[in-house]
Amino acid sequence: MSDADLLAPVSATATGRPDDGHAPAQTKRVTDALLYLDDLRVTFDGYRALRGLSLTLDRGEMRAIIGPNGAGKTTMMDCITGKTRPDTGIALFDGVHDLTKLDEPAIADLGIGRKFQKPTVFESHTVADNVLLALKGPRSGLASLFGWRNRVEAERIDALLVKVGLIAHRGRPAADLSHGQKQWLEIGMLLAQDPKLLLVDEPVAGMTDAETAETATLLREIARDHAVIVVEHDMHFVRALQCRVTCLHEGAVLAEGSIDAVSADPRVVEVYLGR
Amino acid sequence: MTRTRLIDPKGWIFLAALAAFCLVVPLLNLGVAEGSGLHLPTYLVSLFGKYLAFALLALSLDLVWGYCGILSLGHGAFFGLGGYAMGMYLMRQIGPRGVYGNPVLPDFMVFLNYKELPWYWLGFDHFAFAALMVLAVPGLLAFVFGWLAFRSRVTGVYLSIITQAMTFALMLAFFRNDMGLGGNNGLTDFKDILGFPVQAQGTRVALFVATGIALALGYLVARFMTVSAYGKILIAVRDAEPRTRFLGYRPEHYKTLAFTVSAMMAGVAGALYVPQVGIINPGEFAPTNSIEAVIWVAVGGRGTLVGAALGAVIVNYAKTVLTGAMPDAWLFALGALFVVVTLFMPKGIVGSLIERFGSPRAKAKLPPEPEIAPKLAEEGQG
Repeated sequence: MSDADLLAPVSATATGRPDDGHAPAQTKRVTDALLYLDDLRVTFDGYRALRGLSLTLDRGEMRAIIGPNGAGKTTMMDCITGKTRPDTGIALFDGVHDLTKLDEPAIADLGIGRKFQKPTVFESHTVADNVLLALKGPRSGLASLFGWRNRVEAERIDALLVKVGLIAHRGRPAADLSHGQKQWLEIGMLLAQDPKLLLVDEPVAGMTDAETAETATLLREIARDHAVIVVEHDMHFVRALQCRVTCLHEGAVLAEGSIDAVSADPRVVEVYLGR
Repeated sequence: MTRTRLIDPKGWIFLAALAAFCLVVPLLNLGVAEGSGLHLPTYLVSLFGKYLAFALLALSLDLVWGYCGILSLGHGAFFGLGGYAMGMYLMRQIGPRGVYGNPVLPDFMVFLNYKELPWYWLGFDHFAFAALMVLAVPGLLAFVFGWLAFRSRVTGVYLSIITQAMTFALMLAFFRNDMGLGGNNGLTDFKDILGFPVQAQGTRVALFVATGIALALGYLVARFMTVSAYGKILIAVRDAEPRTRFLGYRPEHYKTLAFTVSAMMAGVAGALYVPQVGIINPGEFAPTNSIEAVIWVAVGGRGTLVGAALGAVIVNYAKTVLTGAMPDAWLFALGALFVVVTLFMPKGIVGSLIERFGSPRAKAKLPPEPEIAPKLAEEGQG
C-alpha cells in the first residue's frame, strides 16, 4: 500500500476492494484461534466443493469433522495445507499466516502436519527411516546431505515407534506393513514432525475394532499437547475421541457441538446419519 | 539408525574389479612385449577407456533415473558439453602445428575465414580452466534447466521429452559453423594433452587409468549422495513426490541438486572420452546416444549404480563385437536387447541379483517398476 492510500483510506475502501456481499476485509484480522477459516469457497470445473465454509479451532483443541461423501472434508484439508487454493475466503493460521498465499512445504514448515485418507508412507524405506525423514528440522538439500539428519540418535526414533506400537517393525520396509500399521506409521510420522496442528484424514479406515480403539486412545494422548482435526466416518470412533464435532454438508458447516448434540440435530440426521 | 555403509559388499566387488582392470590392462599393454600372445594392443586400451567413460555416463544417469525418477533422454548433452570443453583445450594445444600453420586460429577457423579467436575460446589454453568448464558448463545448464522444469512440477514423460528436445537443440546449434566450434566436423586432430602426445602409448594408458579413477570417484560421490539422508529423501521424492511436500520438503531443490551433480559427472565422462577417441562432433548430441545410455542403465539395473556401469560396459562390448561382425545388425540387436530386458528382466542384471539374493531392505530400495515408458497419468498434479 502506498502512502497515498494510507492518507486516503476512505477512497481506497470505497473503490479499491472487491466486495462480494461480505464484510470488507480488514488489513489484519486479529484472532486468538490457531486456525481461522472464514467463508472459504472452492469450485472445481463448476462443481462447488466448498460454499462458504467457516470454522475456528482453538489452540490445543481436538475437533472431529463428520459429513457425508462430497461434504468438502478433504477439500477443506487441501485448502489448509496449500494443495488447493480457495477462490475466495480467509484462512489464517496462528492469527497471522495467510494459508491461501503459501505452498505445501511452507505450510508444513509453519507446523501443520497431515495424514492422508489413503495411508501414504515411503514404501521403499524402512519404518525407522520413514520417521527419520519426518523428524522436525532443517529441510534443505545440503542439510540432508551433510547435516544432523545423518546423525540422529536411534533412541529418538525408537521412542516414537514405541508410541505408535511399531517398534518391533523398525527395520522392515514400510511396504511390508499391514494397512492398519501403515496408518499408525503415518501418525508416527506426524508426531515426528511435531506440528502445532495435525490434520488426520480417516485414520481408522480399514482397521479392526481393537485397532480403532487403540487409535482413539493414541489420538486423545496426542491431543493433550497438539491441536488436532480428525475427519472420520466411524461414529463409534468419533464418540471415543470425546471432543467437539463439526458436521459438514455441501461445502459448509451444518452443525457444531458435542457429539450428542450434533447427532441429535434433525438436519444432521437427515443428511448423514439417517441414511 | 538404519545407516547404510558408504561401500557395501557389492561396492567392494565393483571397486576391486575396477582396480584390477586398471592394473591388468596397463600391465598387459606396457609390461608385455609386442608380439607376445599376451600383449594387449594400444587401440584396445583406448577402447576399454571409452567403455569406462560410458560407464561413468551411465552412472550419472542412474543417479537421476534410478534414485529420483528423472528419466533424462538428454544426458548425452552433458556428456557432449564436457567433451567439447576438453576438445577446445586440446585444440588450443595444437598451436601453430595445424595444416594451415596459423599460430592462433585452429584450422577450421582459418578455413572459415575467422579473423580472430571468438571470446568463448579464451582461457581454454589452460588445462585448469578447461577442467573447470568441463564441470561448470554442463552443471550450469542442468541447474537452470532443472530448476525451471522441476519448479513448474514437470515430471514423467513430459520431462523426458523436454530433455530430449534440449539435446536435439544443442545438436542443431553445434552443427552450425557460426557456432565457432567446428560445425559438423567438430574438433579433431588433437596433438598434446598436458604436454604429452595424445597418440602415444603411455598417454593412452594414463588416460585409461584416469577414466577408471574418475569412474571410481563418481561411484563414491553417487553412493555418498544416495546413502545419506539426502538420498533417502530423493527416493521418497521418486516414490511419492506430493507426500514429501506435506512433510515440508521442496522436491524441486532435491531434484535440481541431483540433476546438476549428475550432469557434471556426465561432463567429466565426456571430457575423458574425447582424448581417447580423438574427436568430438555434434553427433554426440544425437538423441539416439542419450537413449542408448538409458538402455545401458536398464540392462544393468537402474537404482543400483554398479549395475549402470556394468550395463554400459556389457552393451558397448556387445556393440563392438557385433558391429565388427555384422554392422547392419547392431540397431536390431540393441532394440531386441531392450525388449528382452524390459519384458524378462525388468530390474536389470544387478537388480535381478539383488531381488534373488539381497536383503529385504535392499530389495525395497529398488525402483518400483522400470519406467521405460513413464506413466502418463502422473499423480499429484493438482
